[in-house]
Amino acid sequence: MSVPDPSTVASPPPATRPDPVPRDAAAEIDASCRWPLLLLWIGALKWLALGTVLSLLANIKFHSPDFLADCSWLTYGRVRPAALNALLYGFASPAGIGVLLWMLSRLGGVRLNYQVPIFTSALVWNFGVLIGVLGILGGDTTGFEWLEMPGYASPILFVAFLLLTLCALVNFHYRAERSLYVSQWYLLAAVFCFPWIYSAANYLLVFDPVRGTLQAAIAAWFGNNLLGLWLTPIGLAAIFYFIPKLTGRPLYNYWLAVFGFWTLVVFTNWSGLTPLIGGPVPRWMPSTSVVANLLLVVPLVAVALNWHLTAKGELHKARNDLVLRFVLAGAACYLLAGLLGILLGLREVSGVTQFTFVPVARTQLALHGFIGLTLFGCLYHILPRVTGIEWPSARLIRIHFWASIGGVGLMFLALTIGGVLQGFRMKNPNAEFVPIARSLIPFVGNATIGWVALLAGQVALGGNLFGLLRRYCEKSCPVCEWLKCCGKSAAGRNP
Amino acid sequence: MNRGPLLFLGLFAAFASAFAGLILAPQLQIGRQAARVIESTDQLYPTKRPGQAAQGLEVYRSLGCAECHSQQVRGYGGDLDRGWGKRISVAQDFLYDSPVMLGSLRAGPDLANVGARKPDATWHLLHLYNPKVTVPGSPMPRYPFLFEKRKLRPGQPGSPEALPVKELKGTEGEETYEIIPKPSATALVAYLLNLQAEISLFEAPIPLPKTNAPLADASATNAGSATNIPAASVTDTNAATSAPPPAPVK
Repeated sequence: MSVPDPSTVASPPPATRPDPVPRDAAAEIDASCRWPLLLLWIGALKWLALGTVLSLLANIKFHSPDFLADCSWLTYGRVRPAALNALLYGFASPAGIGVLLWMLSRLGGVRLNYQVPIFTSALVWNFGVLIGVLGILGGDTTGFEWLEMPGYASPILFVAFLLLTLCALVNFHYRAERSLYVSQWYLLAAVFCFPWIYSAANYLLVFDPVRGTLQAAIAAWFGNNLLGLWLTPIGLAAIFYFIPKLTGRPLYNYWLAVFGFWTLVVFTNWSGLTPLIGGPVPRWMPSTSVVANLLLVVPLVAVALNWHLTAKGELHKARNDLVLRFVLAGAACYLLAGLLGILLGLREVSGVTQFTFVPVARTQLALHGFIGLTLFGCLYHILPRVTGIEWPSARLIRIHFWASIGGVGLMFLALTIGGVLQGFRMKNPNAEFVPIARSLIPFVGNATIGWVALLAGQVALGGNLFGLLRRYCEKSCPVCEWLKCCGKSAAGRNP
Repeated sequence: MNRGPLLFLGLFAAFASAFAGLILAPQLQIGRQAARVIESTDQLYPTKRPGQAAQGLEVYRSLGCAECHSQQVRGYGGDLDRGWGKRISVAQDFLYDSPVMLGSLRAGPDLANVGARKPDATWHLLHLYNPKVTVPGSPMPRYPFLFEKRKLRPGQPGSPEALPVKELKGTEGEETYEIIPKPSATALVAYLLNLQAEISLFEAPIPLPKTNAPLADASATNAGSATNIPAASVTDTNAATSAPPPAPVK
């Protein structure tokens, strides 16, 4: 392994450009990421399609409850968590890990080694998700939101994750470029977060459960951190990487980024218990989180300002640059979802929106808008580089973009409007309940159309990816390439 | 921020402090909460759910009922006025449940007190078999897989546990069927009937009703008193800080 040059360790200048590596070295690093990324992303896209189909099914079952009602494996209460888990653990997490591996290598100026362990753990991860989703459909759900995977699946995921991130961290340790760019802080925060919350929540809820409503508090804390400190930092890392890189301007302010990072980490950590407002726990618990949740406006503004002032005057580039377009749309969704999250944590707003579809809409916006669009942007940028093949069709990318925007927008608007109406009607104790519940059906129906649009976009992505892979196979034999790659990795030498 | 170790320490501090504040501190406060004797009735509350109801909780978890049903009555938002509970839900109500499924969506009604609101087991079985029979227009899905459709020989009398509705006993051609609940269905119904929060607690007293209609069971003992606090509980001043304001008597 290479030894870092002492002169760069002494006092590196704050890094405001995400591109420390010369071009030929970058190509070498990209090539070293080829197989891990392909495996992680193909696995992730498979789960994305499956999760979307399951979500679609759950939505249809909501407005036509008799659809497939005779099968216990496909009852609404199982399909919905199965879909969400497939999307969270099957798609977003491994796709995020792929981005993380590539970005840490690229920013550290070091090729990605340890291919065989990464490969193995990616396979184990996929196996764990499969077991978990089947477990939920079979009725072994734990009953905790976002942690539904049964106790025989979660250790598989945990071990696979530890192995994956161990490889990523050791590789990071031997990086050539010592100074850290903003994206790397976020990625390291994500890597730090997941094992902590996943092990703690599984231990305290599934393996040795705590007593009483504390369980609800831990589940709320876990769900908040899974989205806010595992997936969100990966998305932010990607946005902080691509906005300066694709607009060709340095990050506007380094210290503003530092400030935004730490306030985000601290306040998100404390904001987990807002779903328990009005719930059967001591009042101070949700109140603490309400305060922290309100303070999240600070990092939101800091991050938004930094992006805005970096990209100012360069936004027209998004017209031709499809990656930038995806990333900017993801950034916009982040800001909107963040703002909505802050609003939903206020007691006055929560009094209307709690137990309605509004929090669901916000989660979908964060998951499919922010995380999804950003990850797709990464995919469109990175895959041609690691395979050396251009995307066969720019048109399919455009279709994917507009279908995703339309799908997310429709779903978000429908569920938000439906949820707000539901909230106001529920406040009136004399209103009959069944008509209120039935009034949700048209809105959920619109959301179903949104899911269909998302699925259509994913089909466009799948077709494009298939074309890219076919071209790759025509150019070179993948099996020989892979063996060569593993051989290089086993030698374990950095360039 | 170019030092990995510094970053690590900062992250550790942020995570550890929030974990201590949001998880460990509540554990110290309510983690060892135990059943206690309610002075007004001299009974322990809560008691463990009886065997069948405990199995029913597993069915409730397994079918994901909590995706649409909450189990928490708040002190606002119409929950009490709607009759979903006589008082707000508090931590004491959930001591013996694992998992605790408070729910986050109310596509269906709250179930915190459903056992007292709908005390009829047959109603629940019918509702699970086909919700539209008991609640016209209900958007809840059917759960036919919790029931067995059993063929009856001509002239054979129906089983006593069969669902007592003519159209469900229905005939297809020459043959007669009856609908028998499986053990999972009876367990689930036992659990639903066991979901009751009718005992007035110090931290969650049962407020006076709005109307002059005669009061039911537990709250009846307090009906005559000037406050909404059970006789066993402490003074008015304490109650004023912890209790929701009593509903005005018309």
